[in-house]
Amino acid sequence: MSEYIEHDRSGNSIGLVEKKFFTFVHPPNEMCLESGARLGPVTLAYETYGTLNREKSNAILVCHALSGNSHAAGYYSKDDPSPGWWDIMVGPGKGIDTDKYFVICSNILGSCMGSTGPCSIDPRTNRPYGLNFPLVTIGDMVKAQKALLDHLGIENLLTVVGGSIGGMQVLEWCARYPDFVVSAIPLATTTRHSALAIAFNEVARQAIMADPNWKGGNYYEGPKPDTGLAVARMIGHITYLSDEAMRHKFGRRLQGREKFSFDFDADFQVESYLRHQGNKFVERFDANAFLYVTKAADYYDLPSQHDSGSAVKAFSRARAKFLVVSFTSDWLYPTYQSKAMVQAMKKCGLDVSFCEIEAEWGHDAFLLPNVRLTSLIKGFLARITKETGKEKNAV
Amino acid sequence: MRFDLEKIASFVLPGSTVLDLGCGDGDLLSYLEREIGVTGTGIEKSETKVAHCIERGLSVLQGDINKEVLDYPDGAFDYVILSRTLQQVYDPAGLIRSLLRVGKRGIVSFPNFGHWRVRMQLLGTGYAPVTRQLPYEWYDTPNIRVITLKDFRKFSKDVGFRILKMAAISSDFNGMDGHTVIFMPNLRATYGIFLIEKG
Repeated sequence: MSEYIEHDRSGNSIGLVEKKFFTFVHPPNEMCLESGARLGPVTLAYETYGTLNREKSNAILVCHALSGNSHAAGYYSKDDPSPGWWDIMVGPGKGIDTDKYFVICSNILGSCMGSTGPCSIDPRTNRPYGLNFPLVTIGDMVKAQKALLDHLGIENLLTVVGGSIGGMQVLEWCARYPDFVVSAIPLATTTRHSALAIAFNEVARQAIMADPNWKGGNYYEGPKPDTGLAVARMIGHITYLSDEAMRHKFGRRLQGREKFSFDFDADFQVESYLRHQGNKFVERFDANAFLYVTKAADYYDLPSQHDSGSAVKAFSRARAKFLVVSFTSDWLYPTYQSKAMVQAMKKCGLDVSFCEIEAEWGHDAFLLPNVRLTSLIKGFLARITKETGKEKNAV
Repeated sequence: MRFDLEKIASFVLPGSTVLDLGCGDGDLLSYLEREIGVTGTGIEKSETKVAHCIERGLSVLQGDINKEVLDYPDGAFDYVILSRTLQQVYDPAGLIRSLLRVGKRGIVSFPNFGHWRVRMQLLGTGYAPVTRQLPYEWYDTPNIRVITLKDFRKFSKDVGFRILKMAAISSDFNGMDGHTVIFMPNLRATYGIFLIEKG
């Protein structure tokens, strides 16, 4: 996911928010990971917006993508220059209306934005884990989120929503904790990475590991592998846009010059954009965390994780009502992948809505202001709230 | 409520499950859910219409009805509805078979090409008919099939399904008003609505 931290044009926002932390699975009761390794203690950074109602029936979990964090909406201080990463969607009167719903967003396990990851201190050595950090999976991330929700006293989720790697967590939630999830909104995502998606991630990881500063992941006391991480981010950004998006955004326009420089400076706007994105990214993200999270995404394979490689069997345990959304120009997780999950859901007799939104911005479309996406989510949530109320009354 | 949709709704038992193929803006589904408590799903190819349906709180999938219908298990719905769409389908027999596989019953409606105005236009003017129910020129019509009420009865024998109920109605394209036609329906009805099941 790119950074599209924009101020809401209406000036509407949840306002000041606070990052909180929850630490659990203290040794000797460490968390058992899918790989068989044990990890503990684990800290998750999280934020909540809105109020949990008395029936505890209005909780929504927002799952972030590769480079996101727990800061989905609002501002940390009055002078905070930018709001959370999905401020356009989460807030009072917005698609996910914080006047109606209690929204939780936590930083994923293995990341570097406050939750335990490779740059956290290993309590056994008192030094950063580095590559001693065990590989975590999407399933492990979801398991950790479940512990957080239990801690917050949440008994079920009205909706779990997220795009890209956040969407994988959404799908994992539905398969792993079917009775906990009333509805789910996977956006621009897939049940398993294509070879193309794995290939891009692998090139990005190689860029990091080829940086002499990476030093097998032990760089925390010296210079960081910024060049490698910046290149990794540049590769990511290519996959988040599309041919059409790049043509419109940059074309072959030159950056700050009339003629070619005839050297290896950034001549083209697109070069300058990618360099800028890369350089900005290294200020906020840890190279090892990038390796871990991309690997978790590549490993994710809902069909084989849950039963015999069949998506139908994987979804057969799910109970949630789904709203699946894809975007026409997304070539990282193309519509056919969303359609395949929709097909499996239908075969399982699940209630599923699906819309392919016409958008030129490629994979990143799910993060950009989009009236259609906002109204789809709003309408879907209103319906789920109504139906949940009815079912409760019937009982 | 559009008269023909109201008539279709009268064929549906309260509380049943319904799949509406080509559900458009979801008027029928919305009516069925609100008035007789059905659980509805729709399939629609237009993104704008699908989005409109979801926004108004319906469960709708974007896609081609001929393909989407294939994914459902046998007998997944009490009714599968094909309203004013049969005349636009490339393989009507195939679609009807799929419809009766996933639905215990089917409801099919279409504009009646046997209506006297259609016949008179062709006979009188020599041009391909353009009526309020079939408002297109031959070169821009989505209606690639020409069906009369009698044709559909013959079709039921050829394909092998049973007609349980039929309503011949007379109403305009978007008509809220209309009436059921008893006398000489194939000549006087603008639409036919059939409740069908596997033969």
